[in-house]
Amino acid sequence: MSRKLSRRQFVAATALSSAALITAPYVRGAHAAGKLTMGFWDHWVPGANKASTDLVNEWAAKEKVEVSIDYIPSQGNKNLLTIAAEAQAKSGHDILAMPTWWPHANSELMEPVNDIMEPLIKQNGEVNGTVQYLGQLDGKWLGVPSCVGSQIKGPCSRIDLMKKLANIDVQEMYPVGAPPKADNWTMDTFLKAAEACHKGGFPFGIGLGETTDNVDTAGAIFQSFGAQLVDAKGNLTVKTDAVRQALDFYKKLIAFLPADASAWDDASNNRWLVSGRGAMIMNPPSAWAVARRDAPQVAEQCWTHGFPSGPKGRFAPFLPYFWTTWNFSKNKEAAKSLLVYLSQSAAVEKMVTASGGYDLPSFQKQTTFKVWAEEGPPKGTLFHYPDPYKHQTLSIAASPAPPKVAQQIYARATLTKMCLRHYQGESMEKDAGLGGRRVRRLYAELSVRSSCSCRAERDRCNAHPPPIRFVGSRRAVGFPTGD
Amino acid sequence: MMVDVAFQPNRVGGAARKRQSLRVALKRKSTAAFLMTLPLILLIGILVVYPAFYSLHLATLNKSMQRFVGLGNFQFLFKRDTFWLVVEQSCIFAITAVLFKALIGFVVAHFIHNIPAKGQRKWRGMLLVPWVIPPAMSTLAWLWLFDPSYSAFNYTLSLLGIGPIPWTGDADWARFSVILVNVWYGAPFFMIMYLASLKSVPDQLYEAAAIDGANWWQRIWYVTLPMMRNIIAITTLFSLIVTFANFDIVRILTTGGPLDHTHIFATYAFRIGIEGSDIPLGASISLFMVPILAIAAVFILRDINKRGNEA
Repeated sequence: MSRKLSRRQFVAATALSSAALITAPYVRGAHAAGKLTMGFWDHWVPGANKASTDLVNEWAAKEKVEVSIDYIPSQGNKNLLTIAAEAQAKSGHDILAMPTWWPHANSELMEPVNDIMEPLIKQNGEVNGTVQYLGQLDGKWLGVPSCVGSQIKGPCSRIDLMKKLANIDVQEMYPVGAPPKADNWTMDTFLKAAEACHKGGFPFGIGLGETTDNVDTAGAIFQSFGAQLVDAKGNLTVKTDAVRQALDFYKKLIAFLPADASAWDDASNNRWLVSGRGAMIMNPPSAWAVARRDAPQVAEQCWTHGFPSGPKGRFAPFLPYFWTTWNFSKNKEAAKSLLVYLSQSAAVEKMVTASGGYDLPSFQKQTTFKVWAEEGPPKGTLFHYPDPYKHQTLSIAASPAPPKVAQQIYARATLTKMCLRHYQGESMEKDAGLGGRRVRRLYAELSVRSSCSCRAERDRCNAHPPPIRFVGSRRAVGFPTGD
Repeated sequence: MMVDVAFQPNRVGGAARKRQSLRVALKRKSTAAFLMTLPLILLIGILVVYPAFYSLHLATLNKSMQRFVGLGNFQFLFKRDTFWLVVEQSCIFAITAVLFKALIGFVVAHFIHNIPAKGQRKWRGMLLVPWVIPPAMSTLAWLWLFDPSYSAFNYTLSLLGIGPIPWTGDADWARFSVILVNVWYGAPFFMIMYLASLKSVPDQLYEAAAIDGANWWQRIWYVTLPMMRNIIAITTLFSLIVTFANFDIVRILTTGGPLDHTHIFATYAFRIGIEGSDIPLGASISLFMVPILAIAAVFILRDINKRGNEA
């Protein structure tokens, strides 16, 4: 029964099959370009996550990529635990949102994104100095600055109370649609206003605890006095006049703050404003957004504006988030393609609008969206939140110390602890010495315990540890001995 | 052929013996017990033993986890004032909390024991409530009670003209607050253990003591306490371990402040390891609990063994 295939029949069949294969249309599968997983920061503004999801889905449909998004909350530091776990396991999301210090802390495991950052900068304008400081290492971009979660923690003042008690019209100082007229908005004016509001029964709500809001405010005030604990080269600069001035300023300020400020956490200042007990807090507009929902009469008197300037300039705390890709990610190309898509101005505007203006883009050309001018009440309350006229330096506490040292100063709240000890009566020298010892040990940790990223650099650090100098101190300090 | 015939029964016999010995082994109580506990042993192996050894390994690495530094992390910690403050605070926290938990548990267990059997169950249930609520949740309620600006306690005290008390703002008050919450949470565990122990003390002993003219205090000292010794020792050890390793109460109430005065090993390890991105140093801090607890365990359990031999 078997039918023998002739040579002629075989050639004909082969030719027909080949022709059919060549001429047939290419049917591309829905997920032809593979899978991509991402861990994004779980936004606390209701509905803000949806904007990110919609944008990712739009991109996925266009690029035929199967996507999966996990929204990871920062409550309880769950995002930090995820970062640590993925770094340990060398496995995890293809894209992971990392706050402030974490791209540097994991720099050895980060996929460089220079190939997309350079075109993005050309397209969207320069990024601010803090983004460069936190996102770059030796010319290597560790991540793409994400607008989602990035924030400035500037003053949010009560219009009525500031006018009545401190004789300051914050709306006139920071008008909608026009540059700030804040030449007189200095640390001295700020201190006088703090005193007046304290006397009037509505103290400024600035905390002195160990959580980020407290540390960020202290960081900006220290920087406005030019006070650094460690400079950019890693020199200890604790015992300087600038640090003494900053501590003295804080000593005067603490007298006008709530008595329990040393126990404040990141929620305390929000409650302080929403409850109507204070004339000013230092926070992104989340407190105002809660007030809009829970205490509208308070919200309509809130005005977000710039920081007061000190002898060395006007600094405001800026805490950027980054979208990063691990060097062990499985789909780096798709990840980079998505990051470029999410960094386009149209996409950024969608996300910023969905967050009610909370999220801040880091690129220069993306700080003038309509949302900040339109949000209210009162209308325009967020106009100056993204610092549209660049009249302040966006910075992070403990900078410009090398980021791995600065992270230790920041995480251990060295600045607020120094201020509190100084206020409680420890002598200036002892206090500065304490900071010095502590920071010197941190520095020792960095060099002796070697967190240098490349082997050659590590060996150099171990063989010839860099000398540590106290700038402004008579004491010549060599390599730390751990006193 | 003959060889085959002679060989065949032998082979069958060997297999049968094997099957039989397997059956015997399976029937043995110890084998059954082992098999039944095997899932738990595996679970402990994966979730406890492996992480323990892994953290030992981590504690020997440098900050970037690329180089072996031996005991370098511990040497580094020993030179730091904050670390010794954490050791001091951990000891104060654990010892004070366990003492008060034991004391309150003992007293309350006696009260419950003396309640007629009919109403006892109700009281037992109510007094166990703090222990059955996850501390992460109940501590949030305490946080509101201690809130720096809106403390319900301070509000109540202000009606009496007292306060305000800086519950979490002053180092001593903050220490008191975290210990208080831990005692509130843990005392019911002691109470229930002591109650079970009290119920097992034979009544004849009390009758004999009463005949001998023992007063209330003597009955407690010479009858109740000796009979409860083992339970007290085991409960204390167990609680000491759990309290030393506590994390949630301090983390939620004070996050270690003010000025690091309420940090205990776990919260400080988290601060350094996770928030400061120095996992090896964080692992070293948390491992420092092991020798302290090992010494405590040796002392407490040695006493139990002695009495066991005497019995």
